[in-house]
Amino acid sequence: MKKYIDSGKIDTRSGFGAGLVEAGRKFPEVVALTADLTPSVKMGDFKKEFPDRFIQCGIGEANMVGVAAGLAITGKIPFIGSFAEFVTGRVYDQLRQEVAYSHTNVKIASSHAGITLGEDGATHQTMEDIALMRALPGMAVVVPCDYNQTKNATVAAAAWDGPVYLRFGRPSVANFTGADEPFEIGKIYNLNEGKDVTIATCGHLVWEALTAAEMLEAEGISAEVLNVATIKPLDEKALLASLAKTGCAVVAEEHNWAGGLGEAVCSLAAANQPVPVELINGQDRFGQSGKPGELMKAYGLDAEHIAEAARKAISRKK
Amino acid sequence: MENLQKIASQVRRDVIRMVNGAGSGHPGGSIGIADVLTTLYFKEMQHDPKTWTRSGKGQDVFILSAGHLAPVYYSELARSGYFPIEELGTLRKMGSRLQGHPCVTDNLPGVFKPSGSLGQGLAVAAGMALGKKMDGDAHRVYVLCGDGESEEGEIWESAMWAQHHKVDNLIAMTDWNGQQIDGPTTTVTGIEDLRDKWSAFGWDVIVADGHDFDSIESAFELAHAENGKPKMILFKTEMGHGVDFMAGTHKWHGKAPNAEECAAALAQLEETLGDY
Repeated sequence: MKKYIDSGKIDTRSGFGAGLVEAGRKFPEVVALTADLTPSVKMGDFKKEFPDRFIQCGIGEANMVGVAAGLAITGKIPFIGSFAEFVTGRVYDQLRQEVAYSHTNVKIASSHAGITLGEDGATHQTMEDIALMRALPGMAVVVPCDYNQTKNATVAAAAWDGPVYLRFGRPSVANFTGADEPFEIGKIYNLNEGKDVTIATCGHLVWEALTAAEMLEAEGISAEVLNVATIKPLDEKALLASLAKTGCAVVAEEHNWAGGLGEAVCSLAAANQPVPVELINGQDRFGQSGKPGELMKAYGLDAEHIAEAARKAISRKK
Repeated sequence: MENLQKIASQVRRDVIRMVNGAGSGHPGGSIGIADVLTTLYFKEMQHDPKTWTRSGKGQDVFILSAGHLAPVYYSELARSGYFPIEELGTLRKMGSRLQGHPCVTDNLPGVFKPSGSLGQGLAVAAGMALGKKMDGDAHRVYVLCGDGESEEGEIWESAMWAQHHKVDNLIAMTDWNGQQIDGPTTTVTGIEDLRDKWSAFGWDVIVADGHDFDSIESAFELAHAENGKPKMILFKTEMGHGVDFMAGTHKWHGKAPNAEECAAALAQLEETLGDY
């Protein structure tokens, strides 16, 4: 199978920070807002380079969403940054009325998403955010897989006409996509052509899926790995073509079972290309404190579990 | 001033007829704030429906935060020339641009954002005011909130933020009628010390009589000060003002008058500019 080289473990949120500076240079309309989390969401470099375009909002996320919407109405491209929980669940109604329904060009920079936030525990480990954001009409939902892709996706989000939910995380993970590979919102990236099973995944689990594919290859199983970096709008054509070819799928995500990539793929498959699908996710649970790697393993979000699910999906093919 | 009075009378007629025609809606607060909004649209603001864009560039901006006051908002917009007055009769009907609460889905001229979920308009207005400052646009942003609406926590997040960021081109107004759905505000949360609250948050606070055109105009004049502080005008108003059986009570907050009540109300309101 195709080999991917990890150029060095690094957090995806730092990719956002680098991408934000690049977007700021490219688009003078880009402004950045945070709710007292400048270093955590990696807005420090942007603040340094564009002090007049950085807006501190204090610990008041609802107001931050409104201010961003107001700035967007006047023609700015605001990025609002906080922990995933505090820019989704906490401000769902504000995002619904002032961003989605209002068609304002606000970009939601959602850091520390998922269980890999780690030691802070379940209050901060949002596993429901993708479901919330997918449910908003007109909201693009983007979950890049590594530093490079998060950087490039941030620039793409700035260029996208409309609201974008951009989800990234805290742990240092493999960095293996192209440093300057342009990111296209709405496109599935096929990382490994295969014929026996489709592994559709996003975010931190993409590297795990590639590792799983290597394990499966050793057993003679050919796995196709789709990096579904945009969950909405979903690249239905690429996904259905893959399902038609392989006849079964595993969908792996660092998210609750409800409303995430798994359900998006299942509803598409059920209507168009019914095939056995196995789901890897956090199930219907909250997280807990722990190291990111420990938690991924304990919650079944790793290469071993993906490989096992792939074997099961293949065995269910008629 | 006489002219403003005439327009306000017609606006009140529009509101009563619109809500009666829709069979639902919020007449009480709408006619209660008609004098303030008429002064705002026909005297205070620098705006031009002919060159209006949603960005608000080069013009003053008004944001309605208390979205249920849609009937009076639509009447002021139509009477100002943003869209034909005939459209007022479509309020709350399927396919109408005049949704029960304002929205931007069909690009209704004059409307900058949707409103309905309370507490959110002040933040958006503050953001637009900052945007104007960043762009060197010397125009102002006005926003109307309800006193009951000020029970929302987000209002006070915005209060802190706008003061800290010295957004002095922001003129907020509170429709201080002392009424909300469940009764007088004194019986719900006791929010009536609004003057102290806004002062404590570092705003310039102006109190005015929302039914005295001189008082309304003077309040706006005071609010023009470029002193680094956002402005809050607390307009003392009477819910239902202008129709005797609707005045001073919360009972007409969200209730439409029937045909008989509508006729009784219209008999008290002079038709000055021609009904739609």
